[in-house]
Amino acid sequence: MATRQTAGLARLMRAPAIILLLIWMIVPLGMTLYYSFLNYNLLNPANVSWAGWFNYQYFYTDPAFFAAIRNTLVLVLGVLTITVVLGIAIALLIDKPIWGQGIVRILIISPFFVMPPVAALIWKNMIMHPSYGVFADIARFLGLQPVDWFAQYPLTSIIIIVAWQWLPFATLILLTALQSLDGEQMEAAEMDGAGPVSRFIHLTLPHLARAITVVVLIQTIFLLGIYAEILVTTNGGPGNASTNLTYLIYRAARLNFDIGGAAAGGIIAVILANIVAIFLMRAVGKNLD
Amino acid sequence: MARVITPRARIGYTAAAWIVALTLFFPILYTIITSLKTEQEAIAGFRMIPSFTLSSFEAVQNQNNYWRPFTNSVILAVGSTLVALVVGIPAAWAMAFSPTKNTRGILMWMLSTKMMPAVAVLVPIYLIFLRTGLMDTRTGLIIVLMLMNLPIVIWMLYTYFREIPGEILEAARMDGASLKDEILYVLTPMAIPGIASTMLLNVILAWNEAFWTIQLTTTNAAPLSAFIASFSSPQGLFWAKLSAASVMAIAPILIMGWFSQKQLVRGLTFGAVK
Repeated sequence: MATRQTAGLARLMRAPAIILLLIWMIVPLGMTLYYSFLNYNLLNPANVSWAGWFNYQYFYTDPAFFAAIRNTLVLVLGVLTITVVLGIAIALLIDKPIWGQGIVRILIISPFFVMPPVAALIWKNMIMHPSYGVFADIARFLGLQPVDWFAQYPLTSIIIIVAWQWLPFATLILLTALQSLDGEQMEAAEMDGAGPVSRFIHLTLPHLARAITVVVLIQTIFLLGIYAEILVTTNGGPGNASTNLTYLIYRAARLNFDIGGAAAGGIIAVILANIVAIFLMRAVGKNLD
Repeated sequence: MARVITPRARIGYTAAAWIVALTLFFPILYTIITSLKTEQEAIAGFRMIPSFTLSSFEAVQNQNNYWRPFTNSVILAVGSTLVALVVGIPAAWAMAFSPTKNTRGILMWMLSTKMMPAVAVLVPIYLIFLRTGLMDTRTGLIIVLMLMNLPIVIWMLYTYFREIPGEILEAARMDGASLKDEILYVLTPMAIPGIASTMLLNVILAWNEAFWTIQLTTTNAAPLSAFIASFSSPQGLFWAKLSAASVMAIAPILIMGWFSQKQLVRGLTFGAVK
């Protein structure tokens, strides 16, 4: 089908997208790499000098960096655990014949479409506020002392908010996978006397393995970049208690005007994301015909 | 599922599913309820029945600075999506209908640009924007949002275009259709649903984007995501108004989202889950 003429046309049609994405990738990344070796403070732009590995060294010895790495990992793993476990449970539940399935699905998927700053503000003011939030009302109703969530459990609070936002995604993906499960195989297993637990472990779970992998990898990419939720609720505090890597780099660049340091942090973020990306590309690549 | 289920079990599942659904939806529901309360009512403790006043919506709309971010959101979401389609449709088209040896590699590479963490390029993009005068302009943000979503646009369109059966095209040719006829009467009608879903998902993603909109705008080009994030600093307890602004910010996208559940699965997992 591809004559020389159409092949030339096809090349012409592909070119703009390829060139744009190439520039978008190479130029900023190259600049980040270059800046990461400079002493460069925006407050004092006349005084730029070569820093060598200093910025990386600085990051490496800064206690805030270790707190940020730890918080990033806790945040990602916490949200993943909650969304995958609850996602499987909810997907199994709404896959059952229930009344009002359509509305139930719409209600469950909704949090995913709430923009991050709004989601964070809703939770901060309406739900978790120590004096006026719904949780405080419930605590008082039960005769307990209301919890000041963002002061006492800052990272946990953010994990709850982010998990609420991503649970719909996990549920939807897992439900989609669940619906392609072979019903006859299930019935055969049931006839052979396999109980619900063993059917779940030996049939459902292996069938969901691929979907779980996809959920984990895609969410990880997004969860490494959590930003608005932290900005709106805790500002990374108290201290560094809820600062993740993204927030730390933002702070270096935009609040401390430390271009060199922020760039070094950016390169570290790229390395982390790439480790995840390699696995993701493998999982997706297998599916490409 | 074909298996028989007792009515009693069905009632049990239904009840459990509704409890889960309402619990997850509760924060949104409560925001809607709060937006219909008066300010005093909003902080007066838990109450599910509001006074049904629209005064908060009125107050938010009367603030001159509300419609600017709203307009910005529309322009940025629609604008960046349209530009991405203009660039993406020909590219996806070419890759789907005249694939070469390296098409697969190009697609994977495009996807890989999506893995680049935004914060890694924050410094250069910020400096470029400062120096070129793109800071706080809609043009600048449209460019960034477009580049961010372009890989998803191309991937989604590619998978849709691949599903257009080649036999139909051949049949049209046999009937003596010219290239123009082919494109106009055969391919375009079959491609439109795919293009529409791609557009929908990308408007949603661009509307909700918060990192770049907060970093690259102050007042002029700030869309709703950046505007609402600016409420994080304490400025009194205007919860009813904040809720009204939130409801107005999320309602259009929430409704679009309900209609695009299937595309979402496909678009965000790049077809890896069926």
